[in-house]
Amino acid sequence: MRHIRPYVTGGIALLFAAVVFILPFLFILIQALKSKSEASRLSFSLPQEWLFWQNLIAVFKARDYQLLLAYFNSTLITVASVSILVILSAMVGYIMQRRRTPWNAVAQIALFMGLMMPPAVVPTIGLLQNLGLFKTIHGMVLIQVAYNLSFSTLLYRSFISTIPRDLDEAALIDGAKPWQIFFRVILPLLKPVTVTNIVVQSIAIFNDFTNPLYYLPGKENVTVQLTLYNFQSMYTSQYNLLFMNILLVTIPPLIVFIFFNRQIVAGMTAGGVKG
Amino acid sequence: MTIHIKAYLASAALIALTAAAPAHAEVTLSFLVDNSPDSVAAAEALVEAYQKQAPDVTIEIEQRPGGGEGDNIVKTRLATGEMSDVFLYNSGSLLQALKPQQSLADLSDVPAQAKVDPGFKSVVSADGKVYGVPFGTAMGGGIFYNRAIYKEFGLSVPKTWAEFMANNEKIKAAGKVAVAQTYRDTWTSQLFVLADYYNLQAAVPNFAEDYTDNKAKYASTPAAMKGFEHLKEVHDAGFFNEDFGAASYDDGLRMVATGEAAHYPMLTFAIGALKQNYPENLNDVGFFAQPGDDAAKNGLTVWMPQAIYIPAASGKIEEAKKFADFVGSVEGCKIMTDTNTVQGPPLIDGCPLPADVPPAVTDMLPYFKTAGLTAPALEFVSPIKGPALEQITVEVGSGIRGPAEAAALYDDDVRKQAKQLGLSNW
Amino acid sequence: MARTRPRSQKSPYPLWFFVPAAIIYGIFFLTPTVSSFWYSLTRWDLTTAEFIGLENFQQFFSEPFLVQSLVNTLIYAVTTSGLKTVCGLLLAVLLTSNIFARGFLRTVVFFPVLVSTIGIGITFTVMMHPTKGIINAALGALGIAGPGWLTNPSLALFSVALVDLWKGVGLATLIFIAGLAAISTDYYEAARIDGATRFQQLWRITLPLVRPATITVVTLSLIGGLRSFDLIWAMTRGGPGFSSDVVASVIYKQYQAGFYGLSTAGNVILFALIVAIILPFSLWFNRREVVQ
Repeated sequence: MRHIRPYVTGGIALLFAAVVFILPFLFILIQALKSKSEASRLSFSLPQEWLFWQNLIAVFKARDYQLLLAYFNSTLITVASVSILVILSAMVGYIMQRRRTPWNAVAQIALFMGLMMPPAVVPTIGLLQNLGLFKTIHGMVLIQVAYNLSFSTLLYRSFISTIPRDLDEAALIDGAKPWQIFFRVILPLLKPVTVTNIVVQSIAIFNDFTNPLYYLPGKENVTVQLTLYNFQSMYTSQYNLLFMNILLVTIPPLIVFIFFNRQIVAGMTAGGVKG
Repeated sequence: MTIHIKAYLASAALIALTAAAPAHAEVTLSFLVDNSPDSVAAAEALVEAYQKQAPDVTIEIEQRPGGGEGDNIVKTRLATGEMSDVFLYNSGSLLQALKPQQSLADLSDVPAQAKVDPGFKSVVSADGKVYGVPFGTAMGGGIFYNRAIYKEFGLSVPKTWAEFMANNEKIKAAGKVAVAQTYRDTWTSQLFVLADYYNLQAAVPNFAEDYTDNKAKYASTPAAMKGFEHLKEVHDAGFFNEDFGAASYDDGLRMVATGEAAHYPMLTFAIGALKQNYPENLNDVGFFAQPGDDAAKNGLTVWMPQAIYIPAASGKIEEAKKFADFVGSVEGCKIMTDTNTVQGPPLIDGCPLPADVPPAVTDMLPYFKTAGLTAPALEFVSPIKGPALEQITVEVGSGIRGPAEAAALYDDDVRKQAKQLGLSNW
Repeated sequence: MARTRPRSQKSPYPLWFFVPAAIIYGIFFLTPTVSSFWYSLTRWDLTTAEFIGLENFQQFFSEPFLVQSLVNTLIYAVTTSGLKTVCGLLLAVLLTSNIFARGFLRTVVFFPVLVSTIGIGITFTVMMHPTKGIINAALGALGIAGPGWLTNPSLALFSVALVDLWKGVGLATLIFIAGLAAISTDYYEAARIDGATRFQQLWRITLPLVRPATITVVTLSLIGGLRSFDLIWAMTRGGPGFSSDVVASVIYKQYQAGFYGLSTAGNVILFALIVAIILPFSLWFNRREVVQ
């Protein structure tokens, strides 16, 4: 009797989870495979004809292959900003953890503000315009770095506390310069948290909608999320293509999740994370 | 070897030639248009024709998004001096927000202006100077109706609001949707208010002026409140489609085209989308002006098309003006009416309407034939239009807010806009 | 060892390591934040800013729909935060107990956290369609007339909050699972010997001991809820009318309308709101941490 119970509870939980958490994804999938007229009924029925390729090609071809450009832009922004983030925040986290200085208090406040405060959008747009960075990919990268520094630094700071100082001192005695200690000794040891950080930040930046909406308008700068948002009004009569597009933005995180499940969970729980 | 040298010399000569060429003729103009398919198609056809006529000119079309985002792009590019040599933008209040006196080149002396409709000129002018030439035809704002339904129930086109409501009653009794509303696309909710402007100005002729001078208000002008009241009446009578809160613009077009609904208040630019998405139903769709209280004073509220402008900061104003002249010519007008579905009468004197226009356009023509049966919408005669109108009309049309309160709220919204524009008296 | 270091006091942890990050953060986050306090007092068109005192704030608090957005922001933040905390804890308890398919269930609950908010927003908007949506179709099959989830003005904000719960509960669950894992099983062992019911165990042992995780979840979801924009924008754009407008969507709308000063004032109000709610909470939390 006792060993049946886990199965009963599990079974009920499984059923509930399936309905609540899996059904919407199934809905996306089957809508994406339907024909235009069938999808417009919005019903939860299997497609009569399976139009995976046709819909996929139609979505990519829409508006002069805008989606391909969007994937390119989003990938570029994500890769560039995450690379900068990793280096800069590891440096800050390292000093904050290792050295006692009055600047730590300042950094602490800055971190806290960065986690909590919503960015002041219109003044940022004004600033970007003055610097000639408004509506540019590199401007967007710098914004993403600035906005995500806090979380990233917190992750590093707590991890660096687990690396013994003896290592730094040994390297120092061997005559290594401070930057050599960091880049040659410490940074390689940070690999686990770096992987976590890369994965978590990449997902956040790739999925970001609000910041590109404000700082990166314009057809040539579209990102994946913006394209999806714009397709929503364009495809009011073509739900099959809209859902194919949603399916396409859902697949990258799914793949990342399959490979980096453990790191994501570690990163999200350790830092406590943003939104 | 010698061949190589020859080739080298030849190409060097060629480079020298092409490098020297721009000195006398070759010009490249940039032309910014919004990315709606109609605008792009018309712009491409015009550019192609113009380049044939003026082979030394190359015009490169750039696209921008429409809506609020597009407005921002135009404003910032003008402010930063990065605007294209020629650009397409709205006429009326949105143009006024660009401060044309400072930012745009005066196009009063472009020859084509002689044949441009004076009503149009008035909506692209500031301080007595004309800044644009029309790009496209005029549009009407009113009510699309399904002719098949009208025939089936023996209804006639209403000339008064009471007749309109009586028609709706019959249609509802027959189990059809009387009026389609589509609040998923919030902007579609404004029509009953905006398209009532002909009736408003017929009742209060100096409303636009007083309104701009902060003397007249929606809430304190009974004729101005009518639009909000009508919207509420139609909602309260249960004439709407059941899913009006979630339906989209495209749903609205489908409903009126296929006879799911009898009426859909909309601008006639929808004829383009109707032709594209529901070509087999196009002849079932007719159009009438939003009726007012008095059948004798039935007239149409008109929306003016976008116009071509030239920024004052452009280094190629003279060349750009020649292109603008072409766009504003009878030939340019014909190219546009041939490229896109005609949405209303052309604004160039001598520019004919194509032979086979859909009934919704034919229905509009009588209003234009007699002077005084059309009036430009308020947004063309006053620089102020509050940005929150579409949310407010959604509220009225959903029964959330009453017309009096909504009108007062809209007056507040307008005040913000007037102050931002720096108008006097506010 | 032969190398002499002239300034042997020099720290091996140079302060210039702060500099690159500080520059980017200072320029792109701090400067706009600080200057927003000035711009919020102006009528601004990005080129010229005219000082108008507190007029923007006056405007904000006198326009009924702007005030409503403030109230909505609070309702939204409290609702989503409360629901995420309660549901997250219950799910975490379930998913740490010895049940069938536990790993799979954790995965399923967590996955929505990683998916595009816009994609989820659009999907649920379609599923919540008042007449054709599958949610109301399912309710209809059970004989229940489904409401206009997103079209009923008194319901729209809560419908979006429910979707927010769906998307975000996985993270709360995860944090609670980590918190629960830290609780020694001895407590439960002892409680069982004393004959405590499962509910008593949850109430008397789990809840007090999982408190740090609870505080993390509440803080995070409150901040997220107060700043929330993309889900609301994708689903209702603040509608119908203004009924689901929050401060963040008002900031965007005012920006779109060209009221840059007013939009920035909205930003300042949002700062103030977040600081007023979160700061006391975190200070209290940090003090507890130090005590522990």
